[in-house]
Amino acid sequence: MATVASTGIGDRPAGWTTRRDGGDTVVALSRDWTTGGTGEGAGAAAEVLETSGRGGLRFDASGLGRWDSSLLVFLAALRVLAGQKKIRFDDAGLPESARRLLALLPASAPPAIAPAARPTFVAQLGGTMIGLGAEGAAVTQLVGDQLRRAGAALRGGSRMRRVDLIGCMYDAGISALPMVALVNVLVGGILAFVGAVQLRRFGADIYVANLVGVAEVREMAAVMTAIVISGRTGGAYAAEIAAMKGTEELDALRVIGIPVQEYLILPRALALTLMMPLLYVYGAAMGILGGFTVAVLTLNLSSQIFIAQTRSAVTVHEVLFGLLKSLAFGVLIALAGCRIGLKAGRSAADVGHAATSAVVVGIVGVIALDALFAVCANALGL
Amino acid sequence: MPQEKPATDLASHAPQLLVEGLAVGYGATPVQREVSFSVRPGSIFAIMGASGCGKSTVLKALIGLLRPSAGVVRFGGRDYWAASEASRDELARRFGVLFQGGALWSGMTASENVALAFQMFTSLDAAAIDALVQVKLSLVGLEAGRASLPADLSGGMRQRVGLARALALDPEILFLDEPSTGLDPISARRLDDLIVELRAGFGMTVVMVSHELPSLFGICDDGVFLDATTHTVIAHGSPQVLRDTCPHPMVRAFMHRERPPEPTPGGADAGQ
Repeated sequence: MATVASTGIGDRPAGWTTRRDGGDTVVALSRDWTTGGTGEGAGAAAEVLETSGRGGLRFDASGLGRWDSSLLVFLAALRVLAGQKKIRFDDAGLPESARRLLALLPASAPPAIAPAARPTFVAQLGGTMIGLGAEGAAVTQLVGDQLRRAGAALRGGSRMRRVDLIGCMYDAGISALPMVALVNVLVGGILAFVGAVQLRRFGADIYVANLVGVAEVREMAAVMTAIVISGRTGGAYAAEIAAMKGTEELDALRVIGIPVQEYLILPRALALTLMMPLLYVYGAAMGILGGFTVAVLTLNLSSQIFIAQTRSAVTVHEVLFGLLKSLAFGVLIALAGCRIGLKAGRSAADVGHAATSAVVVGIVGVIALDALFAVCANALGL
Repeated sequence: MPQEKPATDLASHAPQLLVEGLAVGYGATPVQREVSFSVRPGSIFAIMGASGCGKSTVLKALIGLLRPSAGVVRFGGRDYWAASEASRDELARRFGVLFQGGALWSGMTASENVALAFQMFTSLDAAAIDALVQVKLSLVGLEAGRASLPADLSGGMRQRVGLARALALDPEILFLDEPSTGLDPISARRLDDLIVELRAGFGMTVVMVSHELPSLFGICDDGVFLDATTHTVIAHGSPQVLRDTCPHPMVRAFMHRERPPEPTPGGADAGQ
């Protein structure tokens, strides 16, 4: 008795019939077996074996039309199943080219890949804590190592190239001036607008200058500049180092004995640490300029009064506090960017992930560090 | 013996790929000009030449990555670069490309690299795609590392995955850019044998850019030789024939690994 079946979704889908010839089962292939017309090859193989006897399997391809890999899927699955049932598989009736391709495929099913066991909650928690501990140790080691190398560099005992340091300082500092200026001018202007609305109700417009001056110097200039630099420079450090890792440039440095910490990380960390206080001063000046512009042009405050009020409100202590914060922000952003770049994977996608992580860690870290400074200042009465 | 009818039509003896007067370059810098050749269906065609002569640049013009400044590229009689963008996309799905080094998508596993074409261009379900992917990877002999990312595979394994990806949609023409560069002699020989078997099995045409002499002599049955000095084709023929009969000094130097001729002030003489 013949079994007739067709598989697939095309206009002229793949077909097969089986018939008995002696003790063997002959599979007659018909119509087109193309990828666009069928995806049922493996399922059809099981159906063939269900209708076949214990004799061998042979083929009749006289009715076979066009074929491609989907026929191979069917034949490979049929051969594996026949092998499992100890049924002889005779491919003599197949097209010569199909036989050659079939010869390239394994005759037995490939070993199944066991799915990875899902760890328990406790195991996940433990793994996370161990990972955090290891990361903390690595970051501590990086910070200590960079401090030691920076000390050596300042004494002239480092192999860091001066040209690298100057290049990094230019990239992190001078190249960032337009963006730092824009952000801080806008923030200063916004502070002036918001302050004026509230202070005018008490007839205290004049204290807009105090508000802008203190807020910019003590808080906003350092934080906003750090956020800009985190997005701009921290992300770039991570992406650059991750890309170098992917192309084995870091390995090339190591094998000729150049320490990555000294050649790549130290100039970046040192450059950003040196440039951040300067950018902070520049950003604070731009912020006060923004507040000044708004106050003079829209609040009818005289420029002399604004300047006098600002000078009386902003003390040296405020400036030093802002400088200290910006210094800490610079170290944080540089080391976070470099560390994330160093531990990135080697694929193109990992470069993107590293850049994103560096920006996120940098911004969150800056805000958290700023909060810590605020708590400490409050406790110390600064 | 049943009649063999693979999906690719081998009945026609008209050139499957015809290149006429092709000129390619980057900006105002010409790399190759007046490049003309035809590729017979089912043949393995070599684009040969020394490093830097523009082999890969010509290949880019053939596979749609670089618009030529002059000339025609015809696939089965259809002018590729004169066609609409939609027609070019449709034509492009009829050829597979193995890039130098594999050029695998680094964020995907070996299996995912091969599966993407099926997911994008067919309506097959996940099980059918997986079955096809496993067959493709088995065809190229990749038994291990199917769930690995490219960064965790050896150079030879990456080439094999790249080949499986190029074969995904059963192409009519397979373009190979330096397929065995960087491989050890045994892996290179295995890859050559695999290309021959796949050509015979699928009945496809292979166009191969290479300067690897063992591969050229071992599997190619036609080709052109590009020259970096004159910026054009200086010889036509199979690598074996060029090795044995071509009088051009640059071709002889290349084929016999001899010291190349000293360049003349006016450029090299015209070739065969």
